[in-house]
Amino acid sequence: MTACLLSIEELSVGFHTPEGTARAVDRVSFSLDKGETLGVVGESGCGKSVTSLSILGLIPSPPGTIESGCIRFEGRNLLELDPEALRRLRGREISMIFQEPMTSLNPVIAIGRQVAEPLMVHHGLSRSAALAQAGEWLDRVKIPAARRRLEDYPHQLSGGMRQRVMIAMAMVCRPKLLIADEPTTALDVSIQAQILSLMLDLKNEMGMSLLLITHNLGVVAQTAARVVVMYAGQVVEEASVVDLFDRPFHPYTQGLLRSMPQLGARRSGGGKRLKEIPGIVPAITETIAGCRFAPRCRHAFDHCRAKAPDLFSVGVGQRARCWLKHFPERRRSDA
Amino acid sequence: MLRYLSKKLITLVLLLFLVSITVFSVLFVLPGDPAQIILGINATPESLAALRADLGLDRSFFGQYFDWIGKLVVGQSHQSIHYKMPVFELILSRLAVTGPLALMAMVFAVIISIPFGIYAARHQNQRGDVTVMAFTQLGLATPEFWLGILLVLFFSVELNWFAAGGFPGWNANAWGSLKALLLPAFALGVIRASILTRLTRSSMLEVLREDYVRTARAKGLRERTVVYVHALRNALIPVLTIMGLQLGQLLAGAIIIENVFFLPGLGRLVFTSIGMRDLPVVRDIVLLMATAVVFVNFVVDLAYAYVDPRIKLR
Ligand SMILES: Nc1ncnc2c1ncn2[C@@H]1O[C@H](COP(=O)(O)OP(=O)(O)OP(=O)(O)O)[C@@H](O)[C@H]1O
Ligand code: SF4
Ligand SMILES: [Mg+2]
Repeated sequence: MTACLLSIEELSVGFHTPEGTARAVDRVSFSLDKGETLGVVGESGCGKSVTSLSILGLIPSPPGTIESGCIRFEGRNLLELDPEALRRLRGREISMIFQEPMTSLNPVIAIGRQVAEPLMVHHGLSRSAALAQAGEWLDRVKIPAARRRLEDYPHQLSGGMRQRVMIAMAMVCRPKLLIADEPTTALDVSIQAQILSLMLDLKNEMGMSLLLITHNLGVVAQTAARVVVMYAGQVVEEASVVDLFDRPFHPYTQGLLRSMPQLGARRSGGGKRLKEIPGIVPAITETIAGCRFAPRCRHAFDHCRAKAPDLFSVGVGQRARCWLKHFPERRRSDA
Repeated sequence: MLRYLSKKLITLVLLLFLVSITVFSVLFVLPGDPAQIILGINATPESLAALRADLGLDRSFFGQYFDWIGKLVVGQSHQSIHYKMPVFELILSRLAVTGPLALMAMVFAVIISIPFGIYAARHQNQRGDVTVMAFTQLGLATPEFWLGILLVLFFSVELNWFAAGGFPGWNANAWGSLKALLLPAFALGVIRASILTRLTRSSMLEVLREDYVRTARAKGLRERTVVYVHALRNALIPVLTIMGLQLGQLLAGAIIIENVFFLPGLGRLVFTSIGMRDLPVVRDIVLLMATAVVFVNFVVDLAYAYVDPRIKLR
C-alpha cells in the first residue's frame, strides 16, 4: 500500500478586493502519495499558484485568507500548525520552485549563500560547511565551474542557470515534497526540457514526491502519473495520465487536449499555452449558480446553468465535475 | 576602482573651479564695501582707500580671483578680515563643531528612521503604522528651530540636564562639548528621520512584495532574517541617496539650529561673515561646502557598490 504524503481537502481561499471577495480556490481536493508525481494543469488564473502557496502558508494576507478546508502533510493539518512549526517545515520537508527565475533570487546576496541558507537554518550547519555543500549542489544541478560561482550574484547568471540555482536551493535539505510552480514557463523552449529532466532525475534519485504545476499538457504527459485539471478555482477533472489522454470526460479537459498541437506528439514535450477554447473565464467575484464552464461548454443544457455539478466518479480513479455523468444522452457527438 | 577614483577627482576639480568662479563673481558684485564696514561711516576717504589697497580690493576682478585661488592652490591661508586670524584655522575650529554635529544628527536620524520605517511597513495600515506615520507628518511640519526651542525649554530649563546653549570646546571639556551637541543634533536628526522613516517604509513595502522575499520565506528562514537580511538590504538602496543628500546639507552647516543653541559652527560663521563682508572667509567656506557635497556623494557611491553588487564603480 502506498502511503499518502499530502492531501488537500475542500480547500477554499478568498481574496478581499475592492470589487468584493474573490474565491480564487473553491473546495479543491486532491492528494499525493509518497514518491508520486502529480500534475496540476489549467489556464492562467485558475488558482494553481494560490493552491500551492497555501500549502506552505505563503498566501499574502491581506488580501488573502484561507476560508476553509484542510491540508494534511504526513497526517498533520498544516493550516493548524503554529507559524514556527510551519517555518521549520518549509525548505526542509516541503520545498518550492517558482515560475519566475529572474525575480525569485535575491539580487544582492551571493548565490552560494542563498543555496546554503536552508542548511544553516534547518540543519544548523556552519556557514563554511553549508557553503561547501552548496557548492556540491550547484555542481549537481550542472552549473559549470560551480564551486567558483558561489560568490556570483544572480544578475551574472542566465534564466536557465538561475532556475538551476533555485532547484539546488530547494533540494539541499532533501525535502519529501517538491512543489514546482510552472518551473519552466519563463524559460527558452530549448532550456525547458533540460530543466525538466534535471528535476525529474533528482526527484527519482531522492525518492521525493513532486507536485508539478503547469499549463502545458505536454509537460504533464512526460512527467506525471496523475493529473488534476483546474478551472476557475475548482478541480474539474482528476485522472491518471493515461485515462486523461485516452478518455477525457470533462468538456474542458477535452478542449484542452484538442488545443494541443497534436495528440500523437504528446511524448515530444511540445504543447503550448492553452487558449484555444472559445469564450472567457468568468470573473471569480461573480456568483455563479450553475457550472462555471457552462458559458464556454458546447454540451451545456438547462440543468448545467441551474445547479452546480459535484465531482462525480466517472471511472476507476477518475472524477469529473460535470452533469454529463448523469445525463450522458446530452453529450453532443463531435461535429 | 582606480579609474573610478580618478574620474571622481576630475569631477571634483571641475566642480570646484565652477563654484569658485560663481562664488567669486557673486561676492564681487555684492553691494557693501568691506572697508567701509570695517572702518564705519565716519571714515575718511584716504583711510578707506588705504585699507582697500591693503585688502587688495583695488585690483581687477581677475587679479583678485587669482590672488585668492593662487594662494589656495599652494595651501596658503588668507587672513580673515574680521577675526584677524588665518581662515583655515578659523574654519577648522568651526568644523570641529559642525562635523560632529552633522554626524550625530545623522546617527539619530538613522537609528530612529530605520526601525520605525520597518515597523510601519510590517504593520501597514494597522494602528502602529498609523501612529508612526502621524508622527512623521508632525516631524515634517515642525520647523527645526521650534523643536530646538522646545528641547531647550524641557531638558535645559525644566529638567536642567543640559546647558541651554554654548559650546565649551573639545579641549577644555570634551564631555561637556558632546553634551552641548546632543540636543541640537537630536533636533536636526528627528526632523530628518521623518523623511527617512517614510522612505524606509515605502521602500520596504515594495521590497516585501518581491518574489525573492517569498523565496526567502519558502525556504524556511526566520522572519528576522527575511526582513533584516533579504528585504532590508534591497530596501536601503533608495534610502541611501537621501541620507547622502541630508549629510551633505548638514555638513554645510545648520545656520538656524546653531543660532538657537549658540554653537560656534560653520553655519554661524558663514552667516556672520557675510554680514561683515569678511569675503576671504565666505569664499573658502563655500568652496569647502561644495567639496563636502562631492565627498559625501563619493561615500554614497561606495555604499551603493557595497550594498548592490549590480553596481560597478567605474
Ligand atoms: N495577491 C492577490 N490579490 C488578489 N487576488 C489574487 C492575488 N493572488 C491571486 N489572486 C487571484 O487568484 C486567482 C488565481 O491566481 P493564481 O495565481 O493561483 O493563478 P494561476 O493558476 O497560478 O495562473 P498562472 O498560470 O497565470 O500562474 C487570480 O485570478 C487572481 O484573481
Ligand atoms: S456540467 Fe454542463 S456545462 Fe458544465 S461542463 Fe458539464 S456539460 Fe458542460
Ligand atoms: Mg501561477
